[in-house]
Amino acid sequence: MTTPIIRVKDVHKSYGKGPNRFDALKGVTFDINEGESVAIIGKSGSGKSTLMHVLALLDAPTAGTVELEGIDTSTLKGKKLNRARNKTFGFVFQQFFLTANISVLENVMLPMKIAGVRRSERKARAHTALEQLEMDDKASNKAVNLSGGQKQRSVIARALVNNPRIIFADEPTGNLDTATGGNVEDILFALNRDKGITLIVVTHDDELAARCDRRIYIRDGLLVNDTTEVAA
Amino acid sequence: MNALDLIGTAASNTFRSKTRTVLTILAIFVGAFTLTITNGLGTGINRYIDDTVTSIGAEDVMTVSVSQDANTGFADSSGPAEYDPDAIASDGFNRPGSTVVALTPDDLETLASIDGVLDVEATKSISPNWIQSGDGPQYLTSVGGLVDGQTVQLAAGTAPSADSDAFELNVPISYVESLGFADADAAVGQTLTIAITDAERTQHLVDATIVGVAEESIAATGAGGLVVNDALTDELYSTQNIGIALDEQERYAQASIRFDAAATDADVTALKERLTDAGYTGTTVADQLGTFKTIIDAIVLVLNAFAIIALLAASFGIVNTLFMSVQERTREIGLMKAMGMGGGKIFGLFSLEAVIIGFLGSAIGVGIGMLVGTGISSVLAGALLADLPGLTLIAFDPLSVTVIIFVVMAIAFLAGTLPAARAAKADPVESLRYE
Repeated sequence: MTTPIIRVKDVHKSYGKGPNRFDALKGVTFDINEGESVAIIGKSGSGKSTLMHVLALLDAPTAGTVELEGIDTSTLKGKKLNRARNKTFGFVFQQFFLTANISVLENVMLPMKIAGVRRSERKARAHTALEQLEMDDKASNKAVNLSGGQKQRSVIARALVNNPRIIFADEPTGNLDTATGGNVEDILFALNRDKGITLIVVTHDDELAARCDRRIYIRDGLLVNDTTEVAA
Repeated sequence: MNALDLIGTAASNTFRSKTRTVLTILAIFVGAFTLTITNGLGTGINRYIDDTVTSIGAEDVMTVSVSQDANTGFADSSGPAEYDPDAIASDGFNRPGSTVVALTPDDLETLASIDGVLDVEATKSISPNWIQSGDGPQYLTSVGGLVDGQTVQLAAGTAPSADSDAFELNVPISYVESLGFADADAAVGQTLTIAITDAERTQHLVDATIVGVAEESIAATGAGGLVVNDALTDELYSTQNIGIALDEQERYAQASIRFDAAATDADVTALKERLTDAGYTGTTVADQLGTFKTIIDAIVLVLNAFAIIALLAASFGIVNTLFMSVQERTREIGLMKAMGMGGGKIFGLFSLEAVIIGFLGSAIGVGIGMLVGTGISSVLAGALLADLPGLTLIAFDPLSVTVIIFVVMAIAFLAGTLPAARAAKADPVESLRYE
């Protein structure tokens, strides 16, 4: 059996201390295999965002372990951790988080800039990524002047540009109309299907969740249903 | 992110919010501008003093007189000072009417034997009655000579030749018109008659050639009077001493000694101590002007302090500006962290931004400060300060200008560390949270 790309073992995450202590995750265990598309579904306050943050190594669990390709992520510190984030993950956010007043190209180049890729290579790769998303003609536009769908496609280009193993999409269609949202979904699933990029979508949209291979339901910090288990 | 990208990104971020950045740069500019001007003032005045020092005395020359009680002529707690038959009236650096104990040939020999003294030359004090050009009016004046290494700032002609047997002298430029010459060039080559009275009350006339015209300066050789060569000095001195018994003739208020030009400050101090032990007081030109320079330096220091205060105020502007941009760019910082940018790099990004603001403010401030300073001093040189030729009131040397830029950048960096540290510490999860 191959090592799962992410293995979550009895993860707890709590905020605050004493009487103000709030347990966002109360012991969650599951594996995600490479190339899967997984939806993490739950109401707001269910702990699904916290779970995504823990999976994306933005936050360390209070207890339990998260393994990335078999490596306990609590052993990753400083530069190693930054490198793992930069090389492994791509992010797509509901609110895009594009820097408004710089060009689309600059926005897309940001992860490579952080990785220290040479400028010429950066440009070439960013253009390739934008072409893939049919956004290359907008490369020199300022991000602020794009439509919602164009913004989200730029964000996907940015997520793609470092050839990540995993793309985290946090409510990727939340700010888009149905048609544009569907379009963006198609792009994400195409990437998952054609490039084998593991897709982890955090959403409360059942339609989007239904398109995923697998759905993990979270309620009150606990995993209440995992569709793979049902299927098995 | 490599260093070059970091700088590039910081530079483009600096102008993300143009108005705010420009205002902050303006505040830094005011401080840097003031610092440049006050510093230029110090440089200009001190440079003028240095030029003057080389004109009033060579650096390896010390003026020596016999040590005496400071309170000569006045009763103090230890009673009146005893009368000294060797005391003579001095026209040196003492107050008028005061006396000094004269140096005798024995003293000169003693001085020559002191370790470190290369050469001793008595200062021959000459008091002419009047000078006259042709049949023109007679004028009062004083006479001074040049020691090796001294220079005269000339308006025309040359300095009197030390080796020549001819009687040569320089007149100050203020004498030119009174003596009846059209201009400085016209005076060169003309004959000047000097009248001098000997001990028997007989007046003698000595003719000498004007070989040059000296610029006025605050500390000109010969205290603004005639500058004469050795041949003329000897002639005037011997004329003045006619009728004085030979063994009484050689009485000098002061002597000049020369020491090794490569002597360090410590060597000079040691030489002064040896002179003091032997009963003499030695003063270098640096001593005479040292106090003056100290005062100028102190004034400039106070002015600089004001400029630094302005810079400190401006640095709070930097703190404020950067805090605002950290606040505005919370999301961006969070995103960069999520994408694997280390806290150190984030810190670097924001503190570099501060340094860029500091650099721009100081470069513009220094640039405009130099332009304005040069403008002011050239305007003043023609008007208010016309009596002090050679004085560039506000001067700049590349070193201190560079130092100003770096100091301002350092202050800006320090101001930037606070917001930069906050940005570096920002939690990506907090930053990326949205409602």
